[in-house]
Amino acid sequence: MKIIVTKEKAIKLIMLIAASTSVFIVLLIFLFLGKEAAPFIIKPGLSELLGARWVPVSFQKESFGILPLLTGSLLVTAIATLIAVPVGVCGAVYISEVAGSGERNFLKPFIELLAGIPSVVIGFFGLTVLAPVVKAVFGLQTGLNALTGALLLALMAIPTIVSISEDAVRSVPKSYKEASLALGASRLETILRVTTPAALPGVLAASMLGMGRVIGETMAVMMVTGNAAQITASPLDSVRTMTATIAAEMGEVAFRSDHYRALFSVGIVLLLLTFTFNIIAQKVLKKHNGA
Amino acid sequence: MKKKSYEKIVYAAMRFTTYLIILIIAYIIIEIVWNGAAALSVEFLTDSPKQSGAAGGIFPAIIGTLYLVTGTICIALPLGMASALYLSEYAAVGRLTNTIRLAIITLAGVPSIVFGLFGLGLFVIFLNFGTSILAGSLTLACLILPTIIVSSEEALRTVPQSLREGSLALGATKWQTIYKNVLPYSVPGMITGSILGVGRAAGETAPILLTAAAFFLPKLPNSIFDPVMALPYHLYVLATQHPDAAKVRPMQYGTALVLLLMVLGINLVAILIRRHFRKRYRW
Repeated sequence: MKIIVTKEKAIKLIMLIAASTSVFIVLLIFLFLGKEAAPFIIKPGLSELLGARWVPVSFQKESFGILPLLTGSLLVTAIATLIAVPVGVCGAVYISEVAGSGERNFLKPFIELLAGIPSVVIGFFGLTVLAPVVKAVFGLQTGLNALTGALLLALMAIPTIVSISEDAVRSVPKSYKEASLALGASRLETILRVTTPAALPGVLAASMLGMGRVIGETMAVMMVTGNAAQITASPLDSVRTMTATIAAEMGEVAFRSDHYRALFSVGIVLLLLTFTFNIIAQKVLKKHNGA
Repeated sequence: MKKKSYEKIVYAAMRFTTYLIILIIAYIIIEIVWNGAAALSVEFLTDSPKQSGAAGGIFPAIIGTLYLVTGTICIALPLGMASALYLSEYAAVGRLTNTIRLAIITLAGVPSIVFGLFGLGLFVIFLNFGTSILAGSLTLACLILPTIIVSSEEALRTVPQSLREGSLALGATKWQTIYKNVLPYSVPGMITGSILGVGRAAGETAPILLTAAAFFLPKLPNSIFDPVMALPYHLYVLATQHPDAAKVRPMQYGTALVLLLMVLGINLVAILIRRHFRKRYRW
């Protein structure tokens, strides 16, 4: 009897340890990013990071201002969101409320298939197909700019947005729709004025999660945005995102140099940004599901 | 009457938007398959790259990706399943459980390049594994752990509560109940979800860029402490770093196709397993 009890306790303990690894990994991520980045605060100093110039390799004076990288990431993310959210929500409402059941069973898995295509393949597609199109349409020297990056990112965020929004739209109680229809509203009025507004928190959370994915995406943006570190508001300019900077420069950097530490600092900024996005999305989802 | 045609236009616009997405997805896949198929040959699949990727094949990259995926499964699968079992069968409502859940959500949102930095800091440098299969697999395992936990938990939830209660009422212990009455019905679902996560790991580039991958290696790796070539990284270098990028287009398409087939193939296996077992158990 005693052996059985001990065995049961041991098994429970093993499971608990396994479950706790997630907590440890999160702590270790913060710890190790912080550890490699921290000395940057002492020399060259935190103010260096807030500068407007990112020139990591220079004969005169290097500068590690992350503002151009931050604005690059934000510009690409903003455009991608402006495209992906309306398209994604429209798709979700169509799949949930308008499409027949056979159509729905085909559409949703197919769109989710897009999420399974590796980002480097999407980036490759952007490089070979989309960039020349953007170049021709706008009459540019090169198709590698913020707009091309944003279009690809929108494409990558759409499955997340469609999938989660569709769940939210579908979970709106049937009685809401029935009440609306009984009051004489048409099917479309019901969709636009009752069902979609009722699902709004879920749709919002879906958009936040999609944005989180967009801002953290690396390979596709690195391949098509042109990677010029500059502060610009024009979608047709080349930009350099935070993710692309880390991926492109980490390979050539001298171990524990200022540049190396600056890249880890960029990583921390990125981590905090996505962390905030996700926590807000989860709060919204929880509130929505709880109510 | 006017209202009716207005409705029709709105529906048509929504339908158009949705099918536009479908069309773009189909276009991407067809573009890769069509151009990639032309580059496929026995030599391409079984030979090493020559002239820095401009000729020869991608055999070492295929093998490298398989090594990384295998390593990732070996680490992430047991850990993820055990985590899900704890959360679903043992965890009480409380601060500890909330902390674990928050950690899993956080982990799911961490960008892949940040996982790369983390893997570089912890596995490559601090634990001194170097740029290696081991460091890459550990990094990828951290990346897909949340996917495995969430889908395993979902599989566990589909097992009716009455099965557990019946077993416990007959005097079985908690573990006996889980082992004999919960796991047999939930393992297929757990594996399905995990395979979907593994598909993602196979296609990831950013984490292995910093922890495992090399563009060209003269021979296959001998141990888990050796660096490897990998399909996604190979495609990235061929497409953006190669001095004659336009000339090696067929090689790029071929690599993209093999990678796509591998990832979609893994997902297809998962879907087939799920369908097979859905038919077997109906509650």
